[in-house]
Amino acid sequence: MRDMFKLFIVIVIFSVISGGVLAAVRDATKDRIEYQQLVFVKGPAINLIMEGCTNNPVQDRFKLEDQGKERDFFVGEFNGKKDVVAFETYGKGFGGDIGVITAINTETDKIVGVAVTTHSETPGVGARAKTDPDFRKQFNDQPITDVFKVKADGGQIDALSGATISSRGVSAAVVQAGEIYKRLKDELKKKMQASQG
Amino acid sequence: MAKTVVQEFTKGLWAEIPPFRLVLGLCPTLAVTKGVENGIGMGVATTFVLICSNVLISLLRNVIPKKVRIACFIAVIATFVTVVELLMQAFAYPLFLSLGIFIPLIVVNCIVLGRAEAFAAKNKVIPSLADGLGIGLGFTLSLGALGAIREILGSGTFYGMPVFGESFQPFGFMVQAPGAFVCLGLMLCIMNILGKK
Repeated sequence: MRDMFKLFIVIVIFSVISGGVLAAVRDATKDRIEYQQLVFVKGPAINLIMEGCTNNPVQDRFKLEDQGKERDFFVGEFNGKKDVVAFETYGKGFGGDIGVITAINTETDKIVGVAVTTHSETPGVGARAKTDPDFRKQFNDQPITDVFKVKADGGQIDALSGATISSRGVSAAVVQAGEIYKRLKDELKKKMQASQG
Repeated sequence: MAKTVVQEFTKGLWAEIPPFRLVLGLCPTLAVTKGVENGIGMGVATTFVLICSNVLISLLRNVIPKKVRIACFIAVIATFVTVVELLMQAFAYPLFLSLGIFIPLIVVNCIVLGRAEAFAAKNKVIPSLADGLGIGLGFTLSLGALGAIREILGSGTFYGMPVFGESFQPFGFMVQAPGAFVCLGLMLCIMNILGKK
């Protein structure tokens, strides 16, 4: 019985110490990991749609709360003015959620560009949502207040052939981006003017 | 003690070099050696875990009760593996993305647990450190060599830089899973022939 007790104590002590160590390391690396993830996972998509911007959108990011959820907003500077904001939303695709970054010009309320970040769509079919420039360029210069739908649903977006569900997912993500933008527009503008200073 | 510290160290580099002589840890060996960089990255991560766990387990060898030793070893190893995973995410994110699931899987790498059980639990700290360093370095070298052969033949590059002229046709088979088996088998065969003399 005493033997059992000793085994128990040793295991507990081991677990407590390793738990403590891990919590400390996690805490110390948290901010850096977040930055690295943004640079390597969202960075390529952001650079794609913010082509020609004169700042580093990942560095010039800020957080805002929307309906109890914190979101990252990336600011792009064009012609010396920080008036483009980009953020990520998700739409339901064929193989899971599709992450879509939408960049919006806050002066004109028009979409600057749309790009897919993470997805698990079928390679060569739904995955073209990320690689096919013709598909994502359909969103460019459209007013963000529009409701985007694929043509099969009576909308304006040409779906990728054989990948209606993936195309629908991207459209839904952009629509969601529009809703968030409408809710937060004033706050966003205030934040961006502050960073301009 | 019959063997000196130097002998404990050098045995890992030839006489007991992990993937070829011990034929342990084959899962990461086969899976990540598509290129030199991945192979060495994996090797260094494993070496770090191996050294830390060997030293700590050797220090605690009189505290850990025999009956629960495996559970204690796993707790120690898992802690170090998670530390490596977090550090890699923070400082080498692209490497983390390409190694992916194989970093957390170091926990169940037979080499690490094997050295803890067979060596560190029975020996003093300094020989255990030498053992961990030697085996880890041997593992890194093997992975690096395997990665180099597969990368040079399979994609015509070394550490991402092209080594052959434009006209080189990559031998794509070598960077696929079957190529890993064939390459490992041939290297094992060569080492056995050399070892016989």
